[in-house]
Formats: sequence, structure tokens, C-alpha cells
Amino acid sequence: MSSQPILSVRNLERRYGAFIGCTDISFDVWPGEVVAIVGESGSGKTTLLNCISGRMERSAGTVCYRMRDGRFPDLGDLSEAERRFLARTDWGFVHQNPADGLRMRVSAGANVGERLMAVGERHYGNIRRTATDWLERVEIAAARIDDQPVAFSGGMRQRLQIARNLVTHPRLIFMDEPTGGLDVSVQARVLDLLRMLVADLGLAVVIVTHDLAVARLLSQRMIVMKSGRIVEQGLTDRVLDDPRHPYTQLLVASIPES
Amino acid sequence: MTRAHALPAYNFAYLDEQTKRMIRRVILKAIAIPGYQVPFASREMPMPYGWGTGGVQVTAAVLGPHDVLKVIDQGADDTTNAVSIRAFFAQVAGVATTTKTTQATIIQTRHRLPETPLQAGQTVVYQVPIPEPLRFLEPRETETRVMHGLEEYGLIHVKLYEDIAQHGHIATTYAYPVKVEGRYVMDPSPIPKFDNPKMHRSPALQLFGSGREKRIYALPPFTDVVSLDFEDHPFQVQTFKAHCALCDAGGVYLDEVVTDDHGGRMFVCSDTDYCETRRTEGHRGTGLPSDREDAGREDAR
Repeated sequence: MSSQPILSVRNLERRYGAFIGCTDISFDVWPGEVVAIVGESGSGKTTLLNCISGRMERSAGTVCYRMRDGRFPDLGDLSEAERRFLARTDWGFVHQNPADGLRMRVSAGANVGERLMAVGERHYGNIRRTATDWLERVEIAAARIDDQPVAFSGGMRQRLQIARNLVTHPRLIFMDEPTGGLDVSVQARVLDLLRMLVADLGLAVVIVTHDLAVARLLSQRMIVMKSGRIVEQGLTDRVLDDPRHPYTQLLVASIPES
Repeated sequence: MTRAHALPAYNFAYLDEQTKRMIRRVILKAIAIPGYQVPFASREMPMPYGWGTGGVQVTAAVLGPHDVLKVIDQGADDTTNAVSIRAFFAQVAGVATTTKTTQATIIQTRHRLPETPLQAGQTVVYQVPIPEPLRFLEPRETETRVMHGLEEYGLIHVKLYEDIAQHGHIATTYAYPVKVEGRYVMDPSPIPKFDNPKMHRSPALQLFGSGREKRIYALPPFTDVVSLDFEDHPFQVQTFKAHCALCDAGGVYLDEVVTDDHGGRMFVCSDTDYCETRRTEGHRGTGLPSDREDAGREDAR
């Protein structure tokens, strides 16, 4: 692991009028590390994720990102063009509902190829080769390259969304409940795939989930949120095996023992 | 001409002067930023949306008393839309009208560009149903505006990719997206892609008006207009095996005309003026009856 963080969040706050979305948030993400943000519904997880991925304006605080050239600017200081360029090259965003992250009415191949075309790839054969390669990596049969995602099952859609995000070799992926809408066996397969890809590609991941099992499986570090604030953060195993904050203890205790 | 005097309630060219002024300002801005869609306060016109309300407003704004107007609909001068718009301006502006491309100073068109090359000093006014080339890929107008602003045009290639994936070649045949001066991606209106190369560095001024969508955009003379494509699937125009059955022209855009209910058909120029001009010059296609039969038919009439 590198000695410099790839993403650094300091005193982040997001208000909806008088209401607090999230406040007083500070944490770092290092390259190649998976950080899970857990908490119950309405605890500000998704607000936080949207703020640090530049999808939502923040009310206060800084979010600095390490660019490929080593600069470490605050995302708010980048122009919109630069931010959007980052979002489609260096970053990925995996939505809970694949329909939000995919173009449902264009073929799987074009879904994967879109980012390549956005960064200037103009050779059909190359785009198709890369798309085929990525479909295979996420275990979608190459024969389905010309099918539209509407014809795919939920698990396939989610895997397609992952392929679409990874095709430009991003360094940082944001995930919002990536396994939220899937049944348990499909969930396991997607998690397995994610774990493999993250390890292979050395990705930094910020993953939002309410499922502690997902956090345990994927993440090295964990941030527990409640009512818009961080109540506890630390190594995943430590937080789950030795929770210190009463809320975390409640959360861990509420997992049904198998 | 005389009808114009009989209708004193109408200002010259139907629109009031303030409206024309507004549209002219928009046209100037559109010319200054080739390919950029400039919003304008589109007016109600005495015709339904989709019949060329945008084109008519642009024509009304640029029309002067000494202009000669030609109106084309699908290449023809004698179809409903062309005839009625021509009659409209003859009535409310009293301008001279023509069907000859070479004589016209303003050519309002729908779905075609004339085969006769355009000249400096001529103005082409396109009727545009949907000015946004990204519309069917990204329905949010707020988003497409940002994409134009930041030059994010990857999405337009997704459409071309889909074409090749489904049909083995780029199957878009009309409203084929173009890039203007290396900057804005533009919808050339639903002209066949056959006509796209004619827009490239044309000496004529080209204006595009969309009444329902309230947008005007423009190509000043000698503007670069490049049709988008892939390196391994380059842009190609339609080609026809046949020659025109009436005037024997090759390398022109042909319409298929069904001639009887026994499967009989012939291919003729879609540009009626071009076809007629060639016939008066003595070119004869294989579909024309011989001179004697022709004469006989004249007698019968």
C-alpha cells in the first residue's frame, strides 16, 4: 500500500435546509483499499457517498483526490469538465439499481464500450474486442454481447454494470449497495467477483452497505454511521469482533447467528 | 402580388418586425457559433408543428422584397408542403418564387439538398423536427446541454456502434450526425446521408430552424462538416445501381416510384428541378416513352 491516501475527506457536511444529511465526516482512503460505510437506513451513507463522488454539492468541508499526475486537489476546485472526465475515466460508480447505471436500451457491448468511446476510442473492432474480454471477466457469455440489459437477469445486470465501470481501468470505485436487490446466491456470486476484481486490479473502493456480512467479506476498514455522523471507524475485523460504540454493538448484535 | 395588397393586416413576410428582429439576432448568434443550437422565442405560425414552422420563421426573418424563393419538400417542388409554403410567402410577402435552384436566393427545404451545387449568396433554410442529435440516447435536455458544452460526444458513437452490432454496417441513413468545425455535434435535419458531403465547405449560408423545439442553428459558408464514423467503418453515402428512368442521371439520389399494381417500379430523381432541367437539355432515361408515344399522349390530353 502506498503511503499517500488517494482520497481524503475532512469535516464534510451536507445539510438539507436545517436538516443534517451528514456532518463532521473525516476519513482517508488509500490505494488498493476497500472501505465500507455501514449504518441503518437514513444514517447518511448515501448522502456521504454522493458528496465524495462529486454527484452532490456539499455544504462544508474538503474532499481531496490524488490525480494520476500526483496532484491532490479539492474536487470543488476542479472545473466541471475535469470532474466529469475523472468520473468516467479514473472513477467508477456502481448503483444499487443497475438500471440507474446502465443504458437499458442499448446492447451490452455498447454499454461496456461507452466509456472507451467517451475517451476517444474510434475503432469498432478494438471496442468490441475489449467489450468481449470484459464480459468474459464478469462471467457473461460473449454470445450475449448484442443483447440489451433489459433481457438480462438482475445479477447479470449488476455484473454488466461492474464491467462497464472497470473498462477504463479506474483507480477508485464508489459502490452504493451493489448487492442490495439480489437474492442470496446471486449476491454471493457478485461479491465473489467483486472481491476477485478488486484484488486483481488493486482498486480503491468505497462501498456503502447496510449488510455487515458484505462489509466483512469485502472491506479492510469500516466506518459506522448513525444520524449523519461517524460513530466508529477502524479495521473491519476489529469493529465487528470488538465493537466499542453502543450503536455498533447493537448493530453487530442484531445479526442473526447462523 | 395583388393579394398582398388585399391583405393589409399582415406585415411583410407575416411576422411583425420585432419578432423578425429577435429571430435575426438569434441567427447572427448561430452563425457566430457554427453548429450550436440557439434557443429562440418561436411563434405560433398558421400551420401545424411538424410542417416547417421553424423553417418558415427563419425564412420570414431573412426574406427581403427582392429575394427569389424556392421551397423543396423531399426534393420535389410540387408536393403539398412546398406548394403551400411557396404560396404563403407569395401572398404575405409578395416575393418572386421559382423552382429553379440556380435562380433562387433563398431555398427552404425539408429532407433534401438540391443536386445542383449551391452557390455563394444563396441561403438554405432547413426545416428541423428534432435539433438535438443526442435526444434518443440522453432524454434529459439539461444533460445534453452540458454534454455539448463540455464536448462529451462519446454517446453519439454508442448509436453508431449499435448500428454496426445489429446490422454489420452503420445503418443510419438520414439525420446522420455530423461534427461542425471540429467542435459541435449537429443533427443535419432528416436529410439522407447522401446529402451530408454537400454541406461540407458549402459556399452557401445554411440555416436550421426548429419551431416546436424553439432552436435555431447555422453553418456559415465554407464550414467544415464531417460525418461521424469509426476508423474501421468509415462514413459512406448511399449508392444506386440504376440511373434515373426519366433523365438518365447517375450519382444522384433516386426515389423508387411504383408504377402499377403488377410490381412495376422505376427509379427517378428525387430532385424534380434537376430532373426537369436535364430533360430540357435533351437527356432521356429508359423509362420515358419514345417521342411518338409521347406526342400521342399529348394529343390524348
